[in-house]
Amino acid sequence: MFYREAGDFKTSYRDDNQTFPIRLDRAGYWIALFVAFCVIPFFVNDYWVNSIFAPFFIYAIAALGLNILTGYAGQVSLGTGGFMAVGAYACYKLMVAFPEINIVFHVLIAGGITAAVGVAFGLPSLRIKGFYLAVATLAAQFFLVWLFNKVAWFYNYSASGQINAPERTVFGVIVTGPNTEAWAKYMICLVFLVGVAWVARNLTRGMTGRKWMGIRDMDIAAEIIGVNPLMAKMSAFAVSSFFVGIAGALFFAVYLGAAEAGESFGITKSFLVLFMVIIGGLGSIFGSFAGAAFMVLMPVLLKNLLVGTMGWPTEIAAELEFIIVGGLIVIFLILEPHGLAQLWRLTKEKLRLWPFPH
Amino acid sequence: MTFKRVAAASVAALMVASPVMADLVFPSLSYRTGPFAAGGIPYADGFADYMTLLNERDGGVGGVAIQVPECETAYNTEKGVECYESTKGMGALAYNPLSTGITYQLIPKATADDIPLYTPGYGRTSAANGNVFSHVFNFPANYWNGASAAINHVLDLNGGDLKGKKIVLLHFNGAYGKEPIPTLTKLGEKHGYDLTTIPIDYPGQEQKAQWLQIRREKPDYVLFWGWGVMNQVAIQEAANIRYPMDQFIGVWWSGAEHDVKPAGEKATGYKAMTFHGVGSDYPVFDDLQKYVVDAGKAAGDGSNVGTVIYNRGVYAAMMLAEAAKNAQEIHGVKDITSAQMRDGLEQLEITNARMAELGMEGFGPEFKVSCANHGGPGSIAIQQWDAAAGKWSLISDFGASDMEVIQPLIDADSAAYAAENKIEPQCN
Repeated sequence: MFYREAGDFKTSYRDDNQTFPIRLDRAGYWIALFVAFCVIPFFVNDYWVNSIFAPFFIYAIAALGLNILTGYAGQVSLGTGGFMAVGAYACYKLMVAFPEINIVFHVLIAGGITAAVGVAFGLPSLRIKGFYLAVATLAAQFFLVWLFNKVAWFYNYSASGQINAPERTVFGVIVTGPNTEAWAKYMICLVFLVGVAWVARNLTRGMTGRKWMGIRDMDIAAEIIGVNPLMAKMSAFAVSSFFVGIAGALFFAVYLGAAEAGESFGITKSFLVLFMVIIGGLGSIFGSFAGAAFMVLMPVLLKNLLVGTMGWPTEIAAELEFIIVGGLIVIFLILEPHGLAQLWRLTKEKLRLWPFPH
Repeated sequence: MTFKRVAAASVAALMVASPVMADLVFPSLSYRTGPFAAGGIPYADGFADYMTLLNERDGGVGGVAIQVPECETAYNTEKGVECYESTKGMGALAYNPLSTGITYQLIPKATADDIPLYTPGYGRTSAANGNVFSHVFNFPANYWNGASAAINHVLDLNGGDLKGKKIVLLHFNGAYGKEPIPTLTKLGEKHGYDLTTIPIDYPGQEQKAQWLQIRREKPDYVLFWGWGVMNQVAIQEAANIRYPMDQFIGVWWSGAEHDVKPAGEKATGYKAMTFHGVGSDYPVFDDLQKYVVDAGKAAGDGSNVGTVIYNRGVYAAMMLAEAAKNAQEIHGVKDITSAQMRDGLEQLEITNARMAELGMEGFGPEFKVSCANHGGPGSIAIQQWDAAAGKWSLISDFGASDMEVIQPLIDADSAAYAAENKIEPQCN
């Protein structure tokens, strides 16, 4: 009743292939964009941005990146934290070395550098698959973190190995450093997220994405029909690492403002992003958002509920948080192994028939 | 529709607004979970219990009650930022996050928000230069004082000559553990010892490789910058390879009862630095027992009273309470703001007479904070563990550190920070 295709006629292939073929979806998409760009920036404060929006947006970018590699191209990666570190340290070195260049370009170049590193560590994927590839990317994770701890040049020889983001502006508005206004921080993350999601969506529904999916579903068959596995796998690693690098750069420069390799980009980060992708739904753009939202918002929500509202001791709440989030992950994976994206798909199916399912 | 109700409940839960309180608010960014909880719990308990004691015995500071809202960080910087943002709206007067990593995050943020950070014995060492770090206070001692004090102790043992000696710094591979490296390197040039640094990655439950290297290199002394579970593991490993315990010296965060007890008898002789007194033979602990623990108002189960880390929490809380009192006197108001609190910290003077009044005579040094010096005197003693007696005892006096080496390092590091962030010196 609410969610109908009836009467929504398509008269061209272009219309038929659009991202949101159903009118209600389209409207929802534009409303969401309008609210995100034109309403929320006027109401956000430091707490909302630093605890909710900035981490959500940045993890969504990272999840999109990993989803391209793992969800679309089928290459398991446990190196996300390491690649985020590459983005962060590249961004830091660029920010310090070329202060006159706009931070937006630094973030993009940091993404590019990460893409190159990602391709280098992706080379083994031509020979090995599955668990073995996961182990190879795990090596990338440990190697990169070790490198950024060991070589003092990366952190400009600071006493503690910490990198600190200096103040930078976009169109005269401060976007990094402690004096950043909440809305500026929100907007820069949002702009990058929307850009990345747009690119990801259009790549995955085009030829590149189909090649990735071909490789994922059966690499030999894909090769027989003319997909070059070298190009497909390397492009998946490049695009994925590019996004993850952007996420790392924003994570360091905009969100945290200071970072150290071991603490901020450890193996736990790789697992966190992998969980987001799995819970959200492998091979789904919406799933990346849903997974990031779930993993970022759930702990904050539980903490506010248990400590803020119910006044429980913090340690019990923290332990319980692990149990609840862990339990929810297990429940989700049992009830809906294809993640939140599939849940949403089913909901849409139900809504189309509602209220007369038979 | 249930979905709507869930959504509404979620939004409501996210928005939980904290009431603005007219109390003195000292948020405690504690960690009672995770691999560093062994140190985080007694510290948070000590901090909270002292504030409770002031509320119960004296009715707060200057008649204004103290609030200590806790927020769990698990030593994680992201959670630390979340905690900072969620508690600063309560009218937070000062932060004491007990994590060097979180401190690095908060230094610029808190400075911009005009809230002081108090990081006794941890955090960014060069913040001792108040000229650059207007809102950060790390008196009475910092890591570089500690590094120098350890070397001084070793010098004493060797009749003032360390030429050709091998010293290993075994450290947590993070901001905290890396802090002493520049000082130890500089001191090495001065005294002619060889420094090797061996990092331990978070969380440090596995240190076989590190101790194998120590066994191979046979250093004359091992200095140790560890925390949480990695302390117990290191001391156990040292015992396993029969490394002489009296040549193994931890920083103050690696010298608590719970660190040495798991190794049993073999831990006897292990040394650690400290910047405050040990044990519970101070009148303030009797009061804590009477007003807080026996009254059932303790943050923990009360078993930690008098232990090293608990005492440090008490000491930090005492400093903040004294600073708040000082701020009230300076500005003549009861309900101080965080900016006034900063002035209170900057003009704080701790005298022996005052320490005696507080029931902490001889617990810590006498000192006076100034605009330029936020670092305090940096006097440090060495304590040694006796497993049979089950207690720490001081084996040296509170001695000064080599400021000739440290001060130029502080100046250089803070000047670099000032240049990076375009900070004008605040003192004239």
